[in-house]
Amino acid sequence: MKVGVIVFPGSNCDRDALHAARLAGAEAVALWHERPDLQGAELVILPGGFAHGDYLRAGALARFSPVMAAVREHAEQGGLVLGICNGFQVLTEARLLPGALLRNASLRFEHRWVRLAVTRHDTPFSAAIPAGTMLRLPVAHGEGCYVLPDPELDALEARGRVLFRYALPEGNPNGSLRDVAGVLSENGRVCGLMPHPERAVEPLLGSDDGLLLFRSLVAGAARMAA
Amino acid sequence: MSAYRFVVSVMPRAGILDPQGRAVEGGLGHLDVSGVHDVRVGRRVELAVDAADAGAARAVAERLAAELLANPLIEAWRVEPLEEPVV
Repeated sequence: MKVGVIVFPGSNCDRDALHAARLAGAEAVALWHERPDLQGAELVILPGGFAHGDYLRAGALARFSPVMAAVREHAEQGGLVLGICNGFQVLTEARLLPGALLRNASLRFEHRWVRLAVTRHDTPFSAAIPAGTMLRLPVAHGEGCYVLPDPELDALEARGRVLFRYALPEGNPNGSLRDVAGVLSENGRVCGLMPHPERAVEPLLGSDDGLLLFRSLVAGAARMAA
Repeated sequence: MSAYRFVVSVMPRAGILDPQGRAVEGGLGHLDVSGVHDVRVGRRVELAVDAADAGAARAVAERLAAELLANPLIEAWRVEPLEEPVV
């Protein structure tokens, strides 16, 4: 599988994402945001960081980077897209995912370990995560409070599009409605989450649970090719 | 062509959590002020638009507000002619 990791000015988890994708067995390349060319990537990752300095609102300016037109086209054609932290914020601002990410309810930058419940295992992002597994991943963000008007959130849940939820014992770090930590697009091919799976891919880092997400994507692509 | 100046006010929508407003309200206690409530924090953007007339200029400002300056899901906005800049 070929993975492309977009690099915006201010991205700072792009190398971690490249490393995680390679650990999972993928070929991974960095994609500069000014070139509207995905270089044949089957999975596009929008990494964490502070794209364009997060001025105005997190993700608001990155949405207009030239590469985003190619990302939109890729997503509309059923290509896989994963947005992590700031990448999730960019995807909501680009309306490729529903909702918005507000300032944390605590008003603090929250950086700590959280526990994630995985609501389903029949998606390209979660197929290799054993049922019942709680993922232990780090969060590090100032704007991660997920909001969506109630009726729309009801519909999102009813269609199984809330893929990850914050769970006890650590609980919800940012005030997100209904503990939402990650969501899927309508076609199920675009996923965004606030926690950082790419920062938890080796036991040395405190957890390698994040690798399960990358393995899901790479193994799924291998099955499709076979 | 003339330059038309506008101020765009962007505020969190009613019912949307406004942690900044809440924090400011919480800070008022330290100033020995009482009776102040409903503090909300938004954003003010000033801009100039070159256009043939005021209507065309305003249309540009409205479009910018809706597509970039505010996120319609969480924020409401108002575009007004800029009479007096803050500075």
